[in-house]
Amino acid sequence: MAEIKILAEKCTGCKKCISACPFSAITVEDKKARILSNCTFCGACVSACPFGAILLEREAREADLSSYRGVWIFAEQRNGEIMPITYELLEIGRKLADALGVELSALLFGNGLRKKAEVMLNYELDKIYLVEHPLLAYYRTGPYTRAMVDLIRQKRPEVILMGATSTGRDLAPRVATRLKTGLTADCTGLEIEKGTRNLIQTRPALGGNIMASIISPRHRPQMATVRPRVMKKARPSGNRRGEIIEVKLDFTQEDKMVEVVKFIKEEREIEDLQEAEIIVSGGRGLGKAENFSLIRKLARLLGGAVGASRAVVDAGWIPSYHQVGQTGKTVQPKLYIACGISGAIQHQVGMRNSEIIVAINKDPNAPIFDIATYGIVQDLHKFLPVLIEKLEDEKRR
Amino acid sequence: MDFTLNDDQKMILDLVEEVCQKEIAPVADEVSEKGEFPAQNVKKLASLDLFGITIPKEYGGLGMDYLTWTLVSEKISKACATTGLIFGANLLCTYPLLKFGTEEQKRKFLPRLAKGEALGAFALTEPEAGSDAGNVQTTAKKDEDCYILNGNKIFITNGEVADIYVVIANIDKNKGARGLTAFIVEKGQEGFTFGQHFKKMGLSALPNVELIFNNCRVPAENLLFKERRGFRVAMETFAAGRIGVGIGALGIAEAAFEKAKEYSRERIQFGKPICSFQAIQHILADMATKIEAARFLLYRAAWLLDQGRPFEKLASMGKLYASETAMEVTTKAVQVLGGYGYMKDYPVERYMREAKLFEIIEGTSEIQRGIIANLLLKE
Amino acid sequence: MHIIVCIKQVPDTEELSKVRINSRTNTLVREGIKSIINPFDENAIEEALRIKERHGGKVTVLSMGPPQAEEALRRALAMGADKAILLSDRSFAGSDTLATSYTLAMGIRKIGEFDLVLLGKQAIDGDTAQVGPGLAEWLNLPQITYVRRIELSSSKIKAERSLEDSFEIVETNLPALLTVTKEINTPRYPSLRGLLKAKKEKITVWTSKDLALDKERIGLDGSPTQVVKIFTPESPKRGKILTGEIPEIADKLISEMKKRKII
Repeated sequence: MAEIKILAEKCTGCKKCISACPFSAITVEDKKARILSNCTFCGACVSACPFGAILLEREAREADLSSYRGVWIFAEQRNGEIMPITYELLEIGRKLADALGVELSALLFGNGLRKKAEVMLNYELDKIYLVEHPLLAYYRTGPYTRAMVDLIRQKRPEVILMGATSTGRDLAPRVATRLKTGLTADCTGLEIEKGTRNLIQTRPALGGNIMASIISPRHRPQMATVRPRVMKKARPSGNRRGEIIEVKLDFTQEDKMVEVVKFIKEEREIEDLQEAEIIVSGGRGLGKAENFSLIRKLARLLGGAVGASRAVVDAGWIPSYHQVGQTGKTVQPKLYIACGISGAIQHQVGMRNSEIIVAINKDPNAPIFDIATYGIVQDLHKFLPVLIEKLEDEKRR
Repeated sequence: MDFTLNDDQKMILDLVEEVCQKEIAPVADEVSEKGEFPAQNVKKLASLDLFGITIPKEYGGLGMDYLTWTLVSEKISKACATTGLIFGANLLCTYPLLKFGTEEQKRKFLPRLAKGEALGAFALTEPEAGSDAGNVQTTAKKDEDCYILNGNKIFITNGEVADIYVVIANIDKNKGARGLTAFIVEKGQEGFTFGQHFKKMGLSALPNVELIFNNCRVPAENLLFKERRGFRVAMETFAAGRIGVGIGALGIAEAAFEKAKEYSRERIQFGKPICSFQAIQHILADMATKIEAARFLLYRAAWLLDQGRPFEKLASMGKLYASETAMEVTTKAVQVLGGYGYMKDYPVERYMREAKLFEIIEGTSEIQRGIIANLLLKE
Repeated sequence: MHIIVCIKQVPDTEELSKVRINSRTNTLVREGIKSIINPFDENAIEEALRIKERHGGKVTVLSMGPPQAEEALRRALAMGADKAILLSDRSFAGSDTLATSYTLAMGIRKIGEFDLVLLGKQAIDGDTAQVGPGLAEWLNLPQITYVRRIELSSSKIKAERSLEDSFEIVETNLPALLTVTKEINTPRYPSLRGLLKAKKEKITVWTSKDLALDKERIGLDGSPTQVVKIFTPESPKRGKILTGEIPEIADKLISEMKKRKII
């Protein structure tokens, strides 16, 4: 069992470890630090201690990791169309493969996808493993898990990246658990540690309040799901050097435990938030649900989509698919206008990469101003009507 | 003196606080703007078992004390004064039923009230009788196994939405207060209808309704306590009710104080938050001091009631002080917010309008001073 | 119908984010942060209670965590769950999602017969959404994630599963494991009666001795992933505050937008 120890002779009671601990699991009593029972062995205190007074011991275990080579990405398709996340994975996958000096391969599962695979060869990759079967036409946990696990056991890649989408987040943990290997969810940063070949996976945690870097040093493959719209998209290179490898797999009835009865495309007010170039978002400062009409009006005027903070979604002012942030969507528009949003870190996580951020809030201390390109310390109920009027004038001209 | 809450009280208050913050406070503006009875809020309070706090277990309640009820009511009133008063007016029905009802009456009416399936109300006020309770003009006449009620009640809180009413009528008009008699009247009783819904300066969603009794035959078993003892029923009910009204006023004062404090930190004038100016600091200090004083008068009144000791003087003092404090605190809160305070965008102008009612109902401030002086001089 | 709901006690991240990062020490100021039931797990409890009210049966809530997690289980009991079990042992500390799902699976094995396992779609502290599918794998159950509506018959369950911009209707045999979204229902609050009753109830605590565990699979040693670094997100540069009277600010903003060719 792992153990964490305070070396009493080295500890000075400086309390640096207390500030570093993200779980409030350390106290200082009689000028000596003491680890509490809610410690998760994350190790944050070990690196924070200036005196080397904290010791974290893990049980060492040897494993042959060197037989695993190569980077894989899971090429997600829905109804026969390649999903945008696939191109984001191709870009970051290429970088990692180059850093490791190995091949980049894509897995494509479906039925009748040969043509799509041909098109994908225009991107910088080495292999496409194409598995075709009627059971794979539409995503189902069972057959997809089976297909992926079989391939991994045969080919032994060292890194597998999947999108943190409704498909990827359903499939990846099932696969990782069957292989009993490490998986990190919703990564926003990925790099290779020189020497160890470890994949350093960085992701937000605790509602986006902290970032954590995670490795799986004793296990291969190293699996990660990647947050959509964070990585850049790959561009076709025209340099077709890859090949398509068709793989035949058999499935048993047991693989097909869940039956898909129907697929329904939802007819919502369009608003693909994640595709929008301009987003106008409303928060608690709106005061009440009806005031969202101001936000809608401004969004319509600018040709943008409507976003919202978690607080107003939870209050039932607006449906959850408008939610931007850690538990909502990540967006990267050209212009993000935050109205009456204080800008809790969990909201910032979802929109901080926007090109221009305009914040309107009457509280000058609102954290949103820390990241705003343009800050406007005003009551939105007074400011927005004026802005809307002026924009309407602009339009008429 | 022990000022600590027990574990049950703490647990209950945590839950009530959570529900008030997440469910009731966010819709308070909307409730008052629409002016419609907040049935959703009442349903929520019922689902939490709050209507049964003071009703004994054998009648389907939780059998807890009035202090707990008071603490809960404070939280509700702070979140939404309208909902707080609906909750408080209900007590004016359950309290006399518990205190004066027969075993059969308690078994018949209390379980529904405890679950919140039925809402209660108390009806004394008439065009000619308010502070002067003895001047009730509604008559009751014994007729075989019934009493026949005739007359009108006005301003009745929870009127029309309530299912069970304790009604004060006069059985012998010549005797004034000594003719007063209390009855339990259920909604739907023939000859019992509702008239005007009164429009008010604030608390527009709180039902204050005219009750009309037109040859309404109330079964004799619905006589509450005894004939000619209605004045006592009314006075004892009011005494307990004053704790409820006082705590309602306190809730508003607390809400107004918090808004003023929060605003004074955010508002920048002359390059500084206005809370750094002594003029504002003194206002905040006075607000907080008076709120705290009112709170302990009311808690002590509730505690005395639970101990079965005389609580009437403290209840009147608490009601008087809390309602006047609420008026002062809400007025000053508007002042702290300045121009914004006068605007409908902020709730403090609403608090100010709401606070005024509390100096009037359940005995005006003048009546309270009279009661207090009377009780003092008897000591 | 026996439904097992797995819940996690988490810090209230909404409160957490109200608290600022101390820019001098670059650490989180987080005194007095409340612990709550993971909100999505509350939806799972609510759905279990509704199934029980419609079809009969019982609801068992299961959690893995430190002794303080009893509080979350007690709240679930106050909402109306029938039994609460806490898996708590020093050796479970440091579990990643693989070790957690293994330990929960062993807890469920010890519980015995069941028809349905429910969880929230993810926990708001870790946001991994990995324990549900992991648990389904250990128990060899069919899984349906991101469920926003269910229909239950005696041996089958039909569910609406939310996708990014669409949904699918899927069906499977019981027993099965589902993770639910907040659209599925509005969780109830406990009643006072429920609170007072739950306070007196005993919560079963199972330690590693009570479960037939493979020691290599639990806690830190059973966790392939390791946190190597924790840091606060870098704060981007503060831009400029537009000042003046309202119409003036609006004009400034519009001209900046024009300069940047956004309008």
